[in-house]
Amino acid sequence: MTTTRALSSTTGVEITFVLVGLLTFGAAILTVTVRNLVHAALWLVVSLGGLAGCYLLLAAEFVAWVQVLIYVGAVAVLLLFGLMLTRAPIGRTTELDSGNRWAAAVVGLATAGVLVSVVGDAVRTTWFDPRQAVVNGTAKAVGSSLFRYWVLPFELLSVLLLAALVGAIVLSRRDVSADAEFAMDAADAETEAEA
Amino acid sequence: MHAIYPLTLAALLFAVGVYGVLARRNAVAVLMAIELLLNAVNLNLVTFSSLLRDQYGMGQVFTIFLITVAAAETGLGLAIVLLLYRNRGTAAIDDARELGEDGALGLKRVPPQADGDGNGNADAANTATATAARTPKAVTK
Repeated sequence: MTTTRALSSTTGVEITFVLVGLLTFGAAILTVTVRNLVHAALWLVVSLGGLAGCYLLLAAEFVAWVQVLIYVGAVAVLLLFGLMLTRAPIGRTTELDSGNRWAAAVVGLATAGVLVSVVGDAVRTTWFDPRQAVVNGTAKAVGSSLFRYWVLPFELLSVLLLAALVGAIVLSRRDVSADAEFAMDAADAETEAEA
Repeated sequence: MHAIYPLTLAALLFAVGVYGVLARRNAVAVLMAIELLLNAVNLNLVTFSSLLRDQYGMGQVFTIFLITVAAAETGLGLAIVLLLYRNRGTAAIDDARELGEDGALGLKRVPPQADGDGNGNADAANTATATAARTPKAVTK
C-alpha cells in the first residue's frame, strides 16, 4: 500500500480492470432489469465470469478458478433448474418487476451514492500492487494458509454443507407417507361408492 | 493499481443487488440478486486482502468460504422456493402475504382464487401431494 504515486499514472492493469469491471457491471444491471427470466440467469453468468476475470487481475487466481467452477458452473445450472421446476415464464413477461420498483431504484441509487462517495474518499490516495501481496493467490499459497490457520472454519463449513444438503433433500422431497395415505383414501372412497 | 477501481466496482455491484432484491417479483430472480450482493462482498475481501498486506491469507480464504456458503444458501433457497411453488402454484413473492394485515402499508390482500379447472398444467402427482387442500393453478404465461 503506497500513497506516493502521481494521480495520472494509469497502468495497463488498471485499464483492463476498468474494462472487465464495466462488462461485469453492465451484465449485473441487465440481470436485475431484463424482462426475460432465462436471459437474466444467463446475464448473471456473464457477470460472475467477469468477476472471475477481476479476481485474476487482482492476482487471486485460485479464487478466480473456484469462482468459475462453483458460480459459473454449479450455481447457474441450479438457478436454471429452479426456473424450470417452478414453471417460470420463459419468454418476455411484464410480471417480473413488482410494483415497488421505483422505491427500489431510489434505495439502490442511494446505496450506490453513499458507498461510492465514502469508499472513494477513504482510499483516494491508496495504491497497491496485487502481485506484492504477502499471500499471493496461487493454489499453493491459499491452500497453505487455509490448512495452517483456518482449519477449524474449514471443518465447520463441511458440516454446514452437509446440513444444507440434508435440509434441501428434506424440503424438496415429496411426502411419501401422505401420498400413500391419499391413495388409500381414494381407493376406500371408490370401493364405498361401488358398494 | 489504485484501490478505488475494485472498491467502486464492489459498491456498484452491491447497489445493483439491492435494487434487484427489492424490485424483482419472482423468487428465483431475487435469489440471483442475492448472488450479486454476495459477490460484491467477495470482491471487497479479495481487494482488502492484498491492500492490507494480510499475512494469514484471510481475505482469499474467506472468499472461498463465502462462495461455499453462497452455494449452500442457493440450494436451500431454491428448495424453499420449490416448496412455495408446490403449495401455492406460484413463485411470486408478492403473493405470499398471509402475515400482512389488510390495509397495512397500503397492501391489499389478494383474494384466494377458487380455481376448479385451472390445473391443466399441474401434473397428477403434484395435485395428489397438495393433500387435496389447494390445487396448483397454472402459471404458464
